[in-house]
Amino acid sequence: MGSTLRIVNGRVYDPANDVDGKTRDICIKDGKIVKSVPPKTKCIDAKGMVVMPGGVDIHCHIAGAKANIARKLQPDDHRRDVHPRLDLKKVNTRSGTGGTVPSTFTTGYRYATMGYTTAMEAAVPPLLARHTLDEFEDTPVIDKGFYILMGNNVLLYQMLQEGRHEEIRNAVAWWLNATKSYTTKLVNPGGDEPWKGHRNATITQLNDKIDGYEQLTPRKIITSMVNTVEDLGLPHPVHIHCNNLGHSGNYKTTLETMKATGGRRIHITHIQFHSYGGKPNENPTSKAPQIAEYINNNSNITADVGQVMFGRSTSMTADAPLAWMLTRYSNDRRWVNADTECESGCGIIPFAYQEQVYTHALQWAIGLELFLLSKDPWRMVLSTDHPNGGTFTSYPRLIRTLMDREFRKQQMDSVNQKAVAKIKRGHHMEREYTLQEIAIVTRAGPARILGLKNKGHLGPGADADITIYDEHEDKELMFSAPRYVLKSGHLIIDNHEFRNNHEGKILHVAPGYDEGIKDVIRPFVEDFYTIKFDNYAVSDHYIPRHEVVPTAKQ
Amino acid sequence: MAETMILIPGRTTKQGVGLLESKFKKQYRDATTTVEINVEDMARLGLKDGCKVKLRSANGVTTVKCTGRKTEDLPPGVLFIAYGPPTSKLMGTDTGASGMPLSKHLEVELESVN
Amino acid sequence: MGAATKAKSEANIKTVENATCTFCGCLCDDMVLTVDMDAKKITKAKNACVLGKALFLSHEEEDRPFALIDGKPATLKEGVEEAAQILANARFPMFYGMSDTTCEAQRQNVALVDMVGGTIDSTTSVCHGPTGMALQGVGESTATLGEIKNRADLVIYWGGNPAESLPRHFARYAVTAKGMYTPNRKKDRTIVNVDVRRTKSVPVADIFIQVKIGADFELLWALRALVKGRHVDPNIEKRTGVSLETMKDLVERMKNCRYGVLFFGMGLSMTRGRHFNSAAILSLASDLNEYTHFIATPMRGHGNVAGADIVVSWQTGYPFGVNFSRGYPKFNPGEFTATDMFARGDADAGLILASDPGSNFTQAAIDHMKKIPMIVLDPKLTHTAKLARVAFTTSHYGINTGGTAYRSDGVPIELRPCLDSKYPSDEEVIRAIYKRVEQLLKTRKKTKGANNKRRKAA
Ligand code: SF4
Ligand SMILES: [Zn+2]
Repeated sequence: MGSTLRIVNGRVYDPANDVDGKTRDICIKDGKIVKSVPPKTKCIDAKGMVVMPGGVDIHCHIAGAKANIARKLQPDDHRRDVHPRLDLKKVNTRSGTGGTVPSTFTTGYRYATMGYTTAMEAAVPPLLARHTLDEFEDTPVIDKGFYILMGNNVLLYQMLQEGRHEEIRNAVAWWLNATKSYTTKLVNPGGDEPWKGHRNATITQLNDKIDGYEQLTPRKIITSMVNTVEDLGLPHPVHIHCNNLGHSGNYKTTLETMKATGGRRIHITHIQFHSYGGKPNENPTSKAPQIAEYINNNSNITADVGQVMFGRSTSMTADAPLAWMLTRYSNDRRWVNADTECESGCGIIPFAYQEQVYTHALQWAIGLELFLLSKDPWRMVLSTDHPNGGTFTSYPRLIRTLMDREFRKQQMDSVNQKAVAKIKRGHHMEREYTLQEIAIVTRAGPARILGLKNKGHLGPGADADITIYDEHEDKELMFSAPRYVLKSGHLIIDNHEFRNNHEGKILHVAPGYDEGIKDVIRPFVEDFYTIKFDNYAVSDHYIPRHEVVPTAKQ
Repeated sequence: MAETMILIPGRTTKQGVGLLESKFKKQYRDATTTVEINVEDMARLGLKDGCKVKLRSANGVTTVKCTGRKTEDLPPGVLFIAYGPPTSKLMGTDTGASGMPLSKHLEVELESVN
Repeated sequence: MGAATKAKSEANIKTVENATCTFCGCLCDDMVLTVDMDAKKITKAKNACVLGKALFLSHEEEDRPFALIDGKPATLKEGVEEAAQILANARFPMFYGMSDTTCEAQRQNVALVDMVGGTIDSTTSVCHGPTGMALQGVGESTATLGEIKNRADLVIYWGGNPAESLPRHFARYAVTAKGMYTPNRKKDRTIVNVDVRRTKSVPVADIFIQVKIGADFELLWALRALVKGRHVDPNIEKRTGVSLETMKDLVERMKNCRYGVLFFGMGLSMTRGRHFNSAAILSLASDLNEYTHFIATPMRGHGNVAGADIVVSWQTGYPFGVNFSRGYPKFNPGEFTATDMFARGDADAGLILASDPGSNFTQAAIDHMKKIPMIVLDPKLTHTAKLARVAFTTSHYGINTGGTAYRSDGVPIELRPCLDSKYPSDEEVIRAIYKRVEQLLKTRKKTKGANNKRRKAA
């Protein structure tokens, strides 16, 4: 039974297929985009509207143990932002709460209502993968995947210490399969051991020795994982949260990290938080120009910005020493630390970015600088590191800030002027992102960086995840309330109204590995974890709807 | 003569095993209807192991058996009992806006029944 | 699951390895169960403690009706119809329980309460609910149990008796367990026990500190002051029963350990001071992070009580005591918590999933439950089932039903059922009720409140 649909008369922005605002028909059959459909097919008339692929969020924190502690922690975050259920007689939806860390249903609905149809949870300890998948089951509409934290994995440390590279490759492949995850993530690589084992110390240099491991440094962990992921041919390279996040002077670490990969692909996440000059423990300055220049000149590097937006946020990170450091700057007495055995740390604090605070205003401005100095929007894409820099619901405002120079200037004039003075002036400050560039940084670019061939574009074969916006002067308004949203061909938002529920799927990889590796991992898990090895791997019924995204070798 | 004491209900292995068997059989009933009491208090009140005592709180009354515990294990003036229907009778409903009735620090009057 | 399930066909004996015991918060996943498939009995439960053995070996499928309506046998379908009618007509139904069932059932249960606009609460509110409230005030420093096993060299038990309530806590996680940096087990750790009475957990401790009943908060606060280097009046001993010397010694140990843990029980959360006690102990651990790595974590009783908190939190944003009357979740302990809702007489119907408030709630709450139409799902006959309008017999999670349970430290574990049951799972029954209520609400014209007629003559 082929359900078909045609979108006519809309101006189409499909950068992956070089379509830049031309009026085109889009044909849909069985949830996919096709070349043509029979003439009598039902139509959506998109006259005067803008048609784009559904948005793709490459880096957010929306599901799993860490997000859920952040929810529990902050009733104050939810009370002022509720999400009622809709009239049961029209459509059976679930109620929930919003705020900086919305409940799962609300997360799915709000992404969809904003025209985003895919989102990647960026930090999951492998042991807790089931929890993330459980929450994903209750996160409607959108497709989603997650990255597993492998930068502080004790078994990998031991293997790397002994130079067992072949085993590392097999172990990483086993872990990706066992958790149904999408790629590996490094967060403050090497930082957990001093944090957990040595009185809450941390690591600051790429060449620092890691306590207890004579041969190990962050640099070795990074290069090993970059090589491993490339050998496995994963669709998305290693996703790196560099050492020294948030510290003044950290841009050097960021540059060193990018250089350490020797031309291999890596993705540096929330790079805004890693572009600071100045001396440690003093006020930061902007090194956005240096970072942007390096990325502009090195096509192996991709990044998402991690823009800071003013207002409430929740800082939640696997970088536990960072959260501890932030407690010094937060007026909120709540601090959460949560260690996961042999795999990860975690820190959470409620936070607020304020226009008049020097550092906050500077962080905001650095993010904008990175956007405005980027010469290749395909490689510098949009994120707020939701909910760290700001929530995903603030993307429309960010889009307006990029597209509307006057709006940007107004804001620049109203924030801490000492901070603004630190920003390099020049022609780039006049830049206005075009609709095509927005389409790149919010969907086509992230999809390409993720290696999702069926996302982020509107060519035949793509998933029919489509957003149709009314053209509007006020881009914030335009991007916050699309007129139609289709997910896998289903009309979710119809004339601004939520009409249909839909269950998205899990996107994951399944690289091959030598079964013999289990005999290496098993004794370690039995000795140093608290669940049996045979109970570690997630079984298939946690992913009733899923898609295996092939590796380069598959 | 009644004496005021503090009752702490808690979990015990016997009560746990008992409830797995059945809440309507002897093991569970015994486990949840025996109160532990300091031996000095017992002697003073003229109680022996197995004697019945009445416990009365501001909220209700229940009758249970008593058994002695040494002073180093259970201080004078403190009683211990496994959770069960008798403790429900004694708990107050005021949760102090927490959802939690005061369940471990119950003021009771203890009185010998015999 | 197949790999671990070896069938020895001759005597129809099956062995299920790596099964999980759901009886207590330890959620041990190393059970080796020998199952006599003909007798439908578990004959051996290797690695289980005395409670775990009791759980598995006493398991017997009782021959009870699928449902009871007003105490009379009924079919599942009749039960579902009656339950759906009760819920569809209730104004203020109270859902409670959830600690002894799968997350799959819990999720469905929250969906149902969301649809009917009722109130939901889990056994958390009468266990570590106050700790949840404390978390909202001060945060927490916590860890999975494996990290504690691997690293903790100072372990303090406070107001809890794991020897009787979590029997394998010592051996698997914190006292005699062998970890990465604790290869000599107990020799590599200092164990402290703080309690008002000498429980069965005291003998394993190197140091026992007997605090006066009702003085935990004062003792915790004094320790916080000492950690921060403030003066504490020696008279504190009169109030707490603990000398300043003892306190100072403990503080030195806490500041100088490598990785310290405070495990605390309901001796803090259920007693005078409730969430203030929990907040004090969480804060003490957080304060200590100025000096070293320190953790504070509650010891939770039931197999999947952590799952109840976790599921309710991800679906609503709040851990327990959530009301949906306005079409969205609202949180207010004391208002929407089960003891209060029943004892005050607010609830006009109830659904109890896998719990027995009829045996452990306050008398006022139980008395109200007797007056209103109650729905109960439980594998066993319970006090609550006896007072219910509709009581379903369901299969036992972990033994008959698979699914997910969350250990007290948040580690999710997939259960491995070993025996079939003729009874449906909690999840199946809740789903069936959900479907029927959905139909009723979609076609309903009249307003709610018809349960007034359905009330039992009091
Ligand atoms: S410790 Fe708890 S979970 Fe483990 S076997 Fe005993 S009762 Fe079961
Ligand atoms: Zn992030």
